[in-house]
Amino acid sequence: MKILVLVKQVPDTATKIRLNPGDTAIQTDGIKWVINPYDEFAIEECLRLKEKAGGEVVVLSLGPSRVEEAIRQALAMGADRAIHVMTDAVIDSQVAARALAKVAQEEGYDLIVTGKQAVDDDQAQVGALVAVELGLPQVTVVIELNVDVESRRIRAERELEGASEIVELPMPAVITAQRGLNEPRYPTLPNIMKAKKKEVKSVPLDSLGVDTTPWVRVEELTLPPERPAAKILTGEPEEAAKELARLLHEEAKVI
Amino acid sequence: MDAFAALREGVRQLCQRFPASYWRDCDRDRAYPEAFLSAMTEAGYLAALIPERYGGVGLGVMEASVILEEVNRSGGNAAQCHAQMYTMGTLLRHGSEEQKQRWLPDIAAGRLRLQAFGVTEPGAGSDTTHLETTAVWDGDHYRVTGQKIFISRVQHSDYLLLLARTTPIDQVTRRSDGLSVFMVDLREALQDGLFVQPIETMMNHETNALFFDGVSVPRENLIGEEGQGFSYILDGMNAERILIAGECLGDGYFFIDRATAYARERVVFNRPIGQNQGIQFPLARAYAHLRAADLMRTQAAERFDQGEPSGEEANLAKLLASEASWEAANAAIQTHGGYGFAVDYDIERKFRETRLFQVAPVSTNLILAYIGEHVLDLPRSY
Repeated sequence: MKILVLVKQVPDTATKIRLNPGDTAIQTDGIKWVINPYDEFAIEECLRLKEKAGGEVVVLSLGPSRVEEAIRQALAMGADRAIHVMTDAVIDSQVAARALAKVAQEEGYDLIVTGKQAVDDDQAQVGALVAVELGLPQVTVVIELNVDVESRRIRAERELEGASEIVELPMPAVITAQRGLNEPRYPTLPNIMKAKKKEVKSVPLDSLGVDTTPWVRVEELTLPPERPAAKILTGEPEEAAKELARLLHEEAKVI
Repeated sequence: MDAFAALREGVRQLCQRFPASYWRDCDRDRAYPEAFLSAMTEAGYLAALIPERYGGVGLGVMEASVILEEVNRSGGNAAQCHAQMYTMGTLLRHGSEEQKQRWLPDIAAGRLRLQAFGVTEPGAGSDTTHLETTAVWDGDHYRVTGQKIFISRVQHSDYLLLLARTTPIDQVTRRSDGLSVFMVDLREALQDGLFVQPIETMMNHETNALFFDGVSVPRENLIGEEGQGFSYILDGMNAERILIAGECLGDGYFFIDRATAYARERVVFNRPIGQNQGIQFPLARAYAHLRAADLMRTQAAERFDQGEPSGEEANLAKLLASEASWEAANAAIQTHGGYGFAVDYDIERKFRETRLFQVAPVSTNLILAYIGEHVLDLPRSY
């Protein structure tokens, strides 16, 4: 079974976001980059499927040269090889999906797995759009996955608001992973050393022959407003309680 | 880019599963960090220095030093990892092929713990050649009699690497002759005249006094040639100093990480305390010293791994790193004020732990004596 796993490199979730006035992207110098946490669930699931059914896991990533670090980490977890679609350009989900779908088509696959969303822009589009581009069935926000390799059927449980849904679909398909699907492994030392020697094929985005005109342009980016300083009520409890009730009613308008 | 970025990231990911609260609990309960050691073993880190043909990963001292550094930087303590990684070095360098086949694969897989190293005695600390524990051949076995002190992890180890005198000091030409190294099976020894007396200390290292009363050790557990043991121990010292330097650096960076984070957040007199030069400059200075020590560690490790003489660099690295980590510890506890002494902030624990490195596994004075004598060509001072 050949599984493609789509991996995005994102700023570490603990990053302090910095913006200059007029910026349409965050300041990236000094940022620590990591594998998108939802993609880690995807990688882990692929490795488990491979351990059960055999085959190979191919990492597919898109972005500038720094992305190779994330790719090596995925290889250190146990993926077999990788394809890096190289670009320094700012692209939107649609362009990303077109490019990834094109590479997937050339590469061939039985299954495509990725995280339900990337934690940088939180758009949750690429997995779904890749399925559309390739004309594949898809199931998103998956918390349990069963793949029957013999019958080429997938049974997946996906998370809904306050409920869960069980869906069945044929292979090949696109799966997007939600937290809870599994507990991602950390790499072992032998695998970290092996990862250095695994193949990472670099493919320039421009060489794919896909339309790279974005559909979405970021107009403006601003930080959330700073919270106003907290108010501390002093005085007798009775007075303070009255004042608190007044503030909640008149200022906060929550009661 | 750091050539060891992937290695560092791997260790960090593992260490993230063992947060500071895990280490606080181990410290409070004086517990052996079993779960952490299992995870490090299963991920292959503790077999870093064991060649691949014996089931290890076959890496150099540089990588091993980086692994230990990252453990300490995470807020953990690498003492047990260091022991399992390094103690087998004497066996690897001087054991027979049969001995290596017998023990190394089990050590690499973590099935066998060789984490106790029996050199120090009440009457012989830095002055190792005057140790009085004897191993006498009785025609059948070596019989070990004597005392050892500050021997760590004995209660959590399967084997002890023991240095004992096999020829009395008055019958050898050089006092460093006549010492031999043995692999002592601790479970057997405990049934056969070994008594273990725990010693409470400032750190959670499970250290002990050992009393040997005619403990028998079979000949096949003698490592290398009888009488050559001291040189076998000595030629592992450079590697040990480089590993310890890594642990010191990890501690030092831990202190800087924590203290700068605290100094940015903590507001006194309406400003973050990190804005005060009295807070900022000691941290900047400690960081500069850490980076300098880091360079010396890297140079020492590279020379060692290329098989070049590294005595000077290894000793300098250990000296500089242990002093830099202590400087960082002091700056960190001062930055934290009263909170530095509160257990939940982890500073006091790491403060205690990093102080050890100026005393053990080798005292700073002995390092200085080495530099004076062997690097600066001054008369031997001891």
